Amino acid sequence: MANSLKCDLCGKPATVHLTQIVNSKVHKVDLCEGCAQAKGVTDPSGFSLADLLLKASLNPEQPANVVRCEQCGATQADFKKLGRFGCPACYEAFKEIVEPMLGNMHKGTVHVGKVPQRALERKSLYDRLTHLQGELDEAIKTERYEDAARFRDEIHQVKQTFGEKTLS
Amino acid sequence: MKIAPLFEAQAEPTDAAASKCAIVLTTRVRLARNLSGQPFPGWAKEAQRSAMLSESMAAVAGLPQMKKGLSLTVEELSELEKQILVERHLISRELSTAKRGAGVVISRDQSTSVMINEEDHLRIQVMRAGFQLKKVWNVINTIDSEIEDKLDYAFSPTLGYLTACPTNLGTGMRGSAMMHLPALVISSQMEKVVRAVNQLGMAVRGLFGEGSDASGSIFQISNQTTLGEAEEEIIKRLSSVLNTIIEHELNARTKLLESDSNKLFDKIGRAFGILQNGQLLTSAEVMNLLSLVRLGVDLGVFAEARRPVIDRLFIEAQPGHIQYAAHGAFESAQRDRLRAQFLRAEFAKFGPPDFNVTGKN
Ligand SMILES: [Zn+2]
Ligand SMILES: [Zn+2]
Repeated sequence: MANSLKCDLCGKPATVHLTQIVNSKVHKVDLCEGCAQAKGVTDPSGFSLADLLLKASLNPEQPANVVRCEQCGATQADFKKLGRFGCPACYEAFKEIVEPMLGNMHKGTVHVGKVPQRALERKSLYDRLTHLQGELDEAIKTERYEDAARFRDEIHQVKQTFGEKTLS
Repeated sequence: MKIAPLFEAQAEPTDAAASKCAIVLTTRVRLARNLSGQPFPGWAKEAQRSAMLSESMAAVAGLPQMKKGLSLTVEELSELEKQILVERHLISRELSTAKRGAGVVISRDQSTSVMINEEDHLRIQVMRAGFQLKKVWNVINTIDSEIEDKLDYAFSPTLGYLTACPTNLGTGMRGSAMMHLPALVISSQMEKVVRAVNQLGMAVRGLFGEGSDASGSIFQISNQTTLGEAEEEIIKRLSSVLNTIIEHELNARTKLLESDSNKLFDKIGRAFGILQNGQLLTSAEVMNLLSLVRLGVDLGVFAEARRPVIDRLFIEAQPGHIQYAAHGAFESAQRDRLRAQFLRAEFAKFGPPDFNVTGKN
């Protein structure tokens, strides 16, 4: 190995050299002792090269984009600087920059694993509600008032269940 | 000391019954989970973190698996206590340096720990001695579902569990095994193995050092990707990689014995001698010596029942544990003296080696 390698993060002489292949792409990182420690390369609880590369490749110098997460107030610039999102809603707010990254980082871009039961119930109730709302609007438009009353009752019921599920 | 109960109960990391698989010391699975509608810990204000900490801690501590467990906040722990928890792999280095409003819940047997407000709101971790990935996944899957009964997880049907860092997105799962691979290290094959394992999307890290020079010849192998593959698939893929590594390590051992068993047994004998008689031992040196004695157990030089002793010493010979045992803070030179003293006592009762083991393997 060449002895003139410099740390990718701070430029000091690198002593730790990592190569990893994620989805047939070779990633190489050279780090000094200090940065390796600081970046958790020596942390037994888990270290991800992809994570490190993400931080190194995101350039904080770029002019801040004004896209902002409505929920938590984090901006795209914050994500580029920290390599971490502000809240779960950031995934939706910063879709454009996240989605292209996922393919390089993971095996696929769509979740195929475990689904939490409560979240699922919440989602199915939400879907049901959306569906009923559509039916109601349609019934009103076509002046089927008996149907409309029935849909209104159902919506009321679903909303009650929804409330009990402590949606946040 | 807040963590004193950890030393009183039988614990998975230090007192597990002799593991059946000599090469895999422990298996571990961790899940990253976050609360729906809440800012991630790194972005949250201190007051928000404190509120989430008490809500999550109450929910986790109430699990049947956490009965008689320990709930600790970072601010109530001393530096030494945090170091000990890190050495026992119960918390991460990141949590040990966390700002206020973070904590951990640890089960009585220390097989389960849930870090709160580390990088994610919850980092659930289950470990077992030996090669038990599937079992560990089943256990953690149940715990996760029980927590989900009490807390609302941030989840997207398309992206899965939403995590602070997109590298954990999807399953939020990292499965890993701690492997003892002395023959691959002695025969300089570790770099080759690391490269091959990386090709398969798995990461290899030395536990007490870096890359192929890791002291103690202990490596952690874990999955690198979390999205686009179901948990069971990841576990299956990781298991098959582990099995391949085990096979290579066993082959390397056979070759070492065939080519020059005297040289190998000499190394083991010398390691044992130093552990029995050394006066100043650094933790890096001790990891290497223990590794050789552990290989000796696998080869029949020492009794099989000694293996759990070595696995316990891998943890107890580390700086935090040495200082805890000696009731004080000590400079590293003094620690080396205390460590040697501690190991002399342990190895005085270890039992003699028997090098007439040809064919025993
Ligand atoms: Zn550096
Ligand atoms: Zn956000």
